[in-house]
Amino acid sequence: MTTEQQIVKDQVLRRYHKMVLIREFEGESYRQYMQKNIRGFLHVYSGQEAVGVGIIGELEPQDYVISHYRDHGHAIAKGSDVNSLMAELFGKSTGTSRGKGGSMHLFDVEKRFMGGHAIVAGQIPIAVGLALATKEIDKKAIVVCFLGDGAMQEGEFHESMNLASIWKLPLLFVIENNLYGMGADVAQTLAIHDEIYKIANGYKMESAKVDGMDLFEVQDAGQKAIGLIRSGEGPYLLEAQTYRFRGHSISDPAKYRPEIEVSYWMSRDPIKLLQARLIKEDIVTQEELDEIHKVVENEIVEAVNFAEKSPFPNADELYTNIVLGSGE
Amino acid sequence: MPEINYRDAMNRALREALDENEVAYIIGEDIGPYGGTYAVTQGLYDEYGPSRIKDAPLSESAIVGAGIGSALLGMKPIVEIMTINFSLLAMDQIVNHAAKLRYMSAGKMEVPLIIRMVTGGGAQLGATHSQNFEGWYASVPGLTVVAPSTPYDALGLFRTSRAMRDPVIFVEHAMLYSVRGDVPEEHYSIPIGMADVKKSGDDVTIVAHSRMVNVAMGAAQELERMGISAEIVDLRSLRPLDMDTVIKSVEKTHNVIVLEETWKTGGFGGEIASQIVEKGFNFLDSPVMRIGGEDVPAPYTYVLEGLAFPDIERVINGVRSLLGR
Repeated sequence: MTTEQQIVKDQVLRRYHKMVLIREFEGESYRQYMQKNIRGFLHVYSGQEAVGVGIIGELEPQDYVISHYRDHGHAIAKGSDVNSLMAELFGKSTGTSRGKGGSMHLFDVEKRFMGGHAIVAGQIPIAVGLALATKEIDKKAIVVCFLGDGAMQEGEFHESMNLASIWKLPLLFVIENNLYGMGADVAQTLAIHDEIYKIANGYKMESAKVDGMDLFEVQDAGQKAIGLIRSGEGPYLLEAQTYRFRGHSISDPAKYRPEIEVSYWMSRDPIKLLQARLIKEDIVTQEELDEIHKVVENEIVEAVNFAEKSPFPNADELYTNIVLGSGE
Repeated sequence: MPEINYRDAMNRALREALDENEVAYIIGEDIGPYGGTYAVTQGLYDEYGPSRIKDAPLSESAIVGAGIGSALLGMKPIVEIMTINFSLLAMDQIVNHAAKLRYMSAGKMEVPLIIRMVTGGGAQLGATHSQNFEGWYASVPGLTVVAPSTPYDALGLFRTSRAMRDPVIFVEHAMLYSVRGDVPEEHYSIPIGMADVKKSGDDVTIVAHSRMVNVAMGAAQELERMGISAEIVDLRSLRPLDMDTVIKSVEKTHNVIVLEETWKTGGFGGEIASQIVEKGFNFLDSPVMRIGGEDVPAPYTYVLEGLAFPDIERVINGVRSLLGR
């Protein structure tokens, strides 16, 4: 194996690891929800892993990511520690927000993961501001804003597309088109549902569509978009066609989706697709993949142990972090 | 001490902000070559250029979001929302995001953002352009709501707002911009959360903010002639709310009127009245009286508009009926 091949292999194994870690984290969070260790809303990312991992994998550590309420996958892909994430879901003081944010409001400023925003489309105007600051004072970083097909139906999306384009901001809009808002078929709710990426034309913005179940496709498309943004071409919109394997949230059995549709997309499971390709092209061995699954299993067990053993926040934390004032 | 108007005091406040911090910028609608709807940003575009004075599309939500996001990364944005009525289009960003990020991130996300907005009625602009929503914002933990009534307070409170590391809703009343007052050349600032006794008196306390302070002052002058001495407490900020100064005044006068421009139903005056009852009931010789706007959408024609908002006459009548004099 040449050095170059080794680099490619290491990278793809790292990304495979992240995808499996996300999948198992989500599976475990489901189980923990059933045991009432996790409460509130829980929106899992299962099925969409190639999008988050593929795009974020192409970023540099200084780049920023901002996301929506289905945010566990993006946080993990950006490098957040799964122990703190699980602890946050448990509402513990060792959580990313000391238990004050919850599943929909994950933040990891050190990793430049800027949330975790639970009002549909609410993260998009903030992404514009992040990109404005990176353009004007940082000058190196770019911003990736993840949003769903549902968020495109909100005015905040359109205002932000316009502003980002006018100001030529270093901002990548990644639309994770999983075909459903909450339960409504995007065909019923979005006029441009069959060619979402073309909405960028109306804002004089470059755009493309990619198969969001194929890691290689996603990372290639991401690389191209990010390259253009870094060269000062302004914002870019990438539509990733994907599918969520579970309902909108834990309380949603997703009866509105035809079985044949679900089974089609299940057959395009991004993790299985990647596995098959890596084996077929002799990039890795089955043993190497099995090893990753074993490592992930341990990581999840450890995350749950960590969350379980961690203390809840003290009552006095109810009133901390509301307003700092002038900083005393 | 030189006398300047409220608009010029705000213009000076903005210049200082730009001069003293190179990452400070102003963003809003028609604040550039146009000079701002109320001319507060007049001249700034020519002087500071388009990167410091950002003329934005008519997109209140994106404007506030741009402020939040850039504040998170260390810039010092000053957002101008043309009027508080339009701030409803940005309410998601203000209430769900700006106000919550510090808490939801356990202190890791910081939004040092000033959002200026013009409040109030009285200019015959009709129902959609004559509202006072500062009380709504004041009910949201995470926000600071400042509403100065004089040029001196406007400059002094803006300076303090700039030092805040959290979002500040800075409320300016459209009918106050031409009001003049003394503003010293030398530096001063006013802490946020301290009410100001604008006029000392013995018989009755009138609690107000923004333009209603001027109405109360006008009424107090007339009342003096009738031998009634009113004390005017200018709240200056609705959140934090300085109830200590209010209660101290009530302890002295034993009678109190809570005056506000907006609708009485659900108005912030109800909060103040109830806190007076909770904290100062024993000082009261008469029930807490509230004077507020009529519960109607603001009408256009002046004949009706004049009936919709509290004025000097109504305050005088209120005081006289409360005191039985």
